[in-house]
Amino acid sequence: MPASELIGTWVAAGLTLFCFSFLYKDNPFYKFAEHLYVGISAGYWTSLEYHNVFRPNLWDPLMRLDLNLLFTFPGIGFALMWQSIILIVPFAFGILLFSRLTKNFAWLSRWSMALIIGIFAGIAIIGYSTGDLILQINANLLPLWTGNWLSSLNNILLTLGVLTSLLYFFFSKEHKGAIGAGAKIGIWFLMISFGASFGYTVMSRMSLLIGRIYFVLGEWLGIIS
Amino acid sequence: MRNFFEKLEKLDRRIIFIFVAVALILPLVVPLNIKFSSTPPVQSFYDAIEGLPPGSKVLLSADYDPGSMPELWPMHLAALRQLCRKNIKIISTQLWATGSPLAERAFNEVAVEEFHKKYGEDFVNLGFKEGREVVMVSMGNSIPETFPSDYHGNRTKDLPIMKGVKNFSDLALIVNISGGLPGTKEWILQVVSRFHIKLASGCTAVSAPEFYPYLQSGQLTGLLGGMKGAAEYEQLIGVTGLGKRGMDSQSVAHLVIFFFILIGNIAYFSIRGMKKEGD
Amino acid sequence: MVNQWAIIAIAFAYVLGVANIFRVNSQVIARKGRDWIYKVVLIAGFVIMFAFGILKGVNEGTTFNWIFMNALYPMQATMFALLAFYIASAAFRAFRIRSFQAALLGVTAVLVMIGRVPIGELVWKDFPNFTEWIMNVPQLAAKRAIMIGAALGAISTGIKVLIGLERTYMGGE
Repeated sequence: MPASELIGTWVAAGLTLFCFSFLYKDNPFYKFAEHLYVGISAGYWTSLEYHNVFRPNLWDPLMRLDLNLLFTFPGIGFALMWQSIILIVPFAFGILLFSRLTKNFAWLSRWSMALIIGIFAGIAIIGYSTGDLILQINANLLPLWTGNWLSSLNNILLTLGVLTSLLYFFFSKEHKGAIGAGAKIGIWFLMISFGASFGYTVMSRMSLLIGRIYFVLGEWLGIIS
Repeated sequence: MRNFFEKLEKLDRRIIFIFVAVALILPLVVPLNIKFSSTPPVQSFYDAIEGLPPGSKVLLSADYDPGSMPELWPMHLAALRQLCRKNIKIISTQLWATGSPLAERAFNEVAVEEFHKKYGEDFVNLGFKEGREVVMVSMGNSIPETFPSDYHGNRTKDLPIMKGVKNFSDLALIVNISGGLPGTKEWILQVVSRFHIKLASGCTAVSAPEFYPYLQSGQLTGLLGGMKGAAEYEQLIGVTGLGKRGMDSQSVAHLVIFFFILIGNIAYFSIRGMKKEGD
Repeated sequence: MVNQWAIIAIAFAYVLGVANIFRVNSQVIARKGRDWIYKVVLIAGFVIMFAFGILKGVNEGTTFNWIFMNALYPMQATMFALLAFYIASAAFRAFRIRSFQAALLGVTAVLVMIGRVPIGELVWKDFPNFTEWIMNVPQLAAKRAIMIGAALGAISTGIKVLIGLERTYMGGE
């Protein structure tokens, strides 16, 4: 095993044990690992943003601008290179974001926030209306009798479950009488779904620990192959 | 007796931690090799890739971080194996910054070392792009414009694999390995419905229950949920990875949790019953 | 085109977040506040990672990648792995079946937990199929209802943002 890989395994094992030490109680080793993790994460994300967004999507296209052509023949230059020139706009929006760090000019960052939030709001409306609303309602328009008793029962339960669960979240009318009974059935379906989610959550958390134990016993100590 | 149950209810949690650790360690050291079969969502995932003709181009989006690796890494490797076996060309992107080195490592382990595939011709890692759903929608317009260069700094348009690939209509399938947000749900909402391309997803077990409605509606073609999904998939493609090996520990751990819930409730109801009798 | 602008602006937003981390922790170090020595570790970690990433690149074989694989990856994985212990502790101490609805939740959780692992199939060969039925029918129904409700909420919030009724993102009322 190369030296860097061996050192790396020991560093990883040490940091893993530092993090696990929190199970006994909070201690300096855990605090060290926690702060180191936050610092390295921040450095990691910033470097990746630089290499994967700032350079290819902004800096390189701007650097490729032929300034000679642009100043000599502005009309032709702009017509040929407008897609790169216009990147100055998002660059300006990005710089404006940093005005949040100042007291007097923080209001300038609202322009950048408005651009980002506006785009996300528009995307969300389209995505949720087609993906979650219309298609999901469409998928629930099922025949209540299919000729087979099991699939018919399933379809009835699905329809009943969706309607009563939606009824539970309808707060414009008091949950009394028929609406109350429907909402109560809705809670039962919701409890079943929360139970299923809990079961899957347990599965997920245990899997994560299995992964670390595999590393400690396998890659580091060599107890398991 | 009441003292016993009261002490049990107030059991030091570090003793519980020891039970959990032992439950997970023992089956890894002494495997039980309990057999299991595949479930329909996993079979659908497998069939979605198996049904593709050789030479098709597939987008593999590795949207996860090291925190979800035990569940998602086995799926990622297994998906790469199936894709490489079928000689399907793979274009990889990541919407999580921490997914980039993981995708690169997966390609090196499987595509290069096992299947001797060539970078730029058989597969490409376009890298990470910030923006979540905005990136997805932008890819629907033009993938080369969204990713002007790949993870290694090569110009995307110059790569042989990217010839003829403008947007999702030039791809046969999207395979998404998802650790959370952005992930499967965003791909379904922004891409599947809008650009009419099939999506097969592997996700953490925490997220899996919320994707069953998409499976039923046909918006999702296949689903691998958590380590069990990874294990079933590994079994289908004939490999033994961490997914399959972890199943014994998973089984014992779940039994331990079940007993904790049972004992906790027995203690609670016993104390309540004794208190009522005392009153 | 506007999507490209958003990608660039969001990247700057992340850098802003990191700049804020730097500013807050530097202030703690300057006034020797609580746990200030750990903030030095935080800043040092950031500077080292950032310097290596910018100056030497981020590909496989670089120091940046080595730090990612041997420091960031194990720490992040272990932080999440700790949750397994806490979920077991919560299951023992807090999971109490006090009502019919809690019983439904508890029974479903146990059935799904056992049915989704190989030992379930060992106990009863159709256990996995029964678990799949729970996931595909009653569980699906409730999740779909939540999804539809959330979609209506997201659409209405999106419309309120676009027409200017919702301005909290700007710090307004």
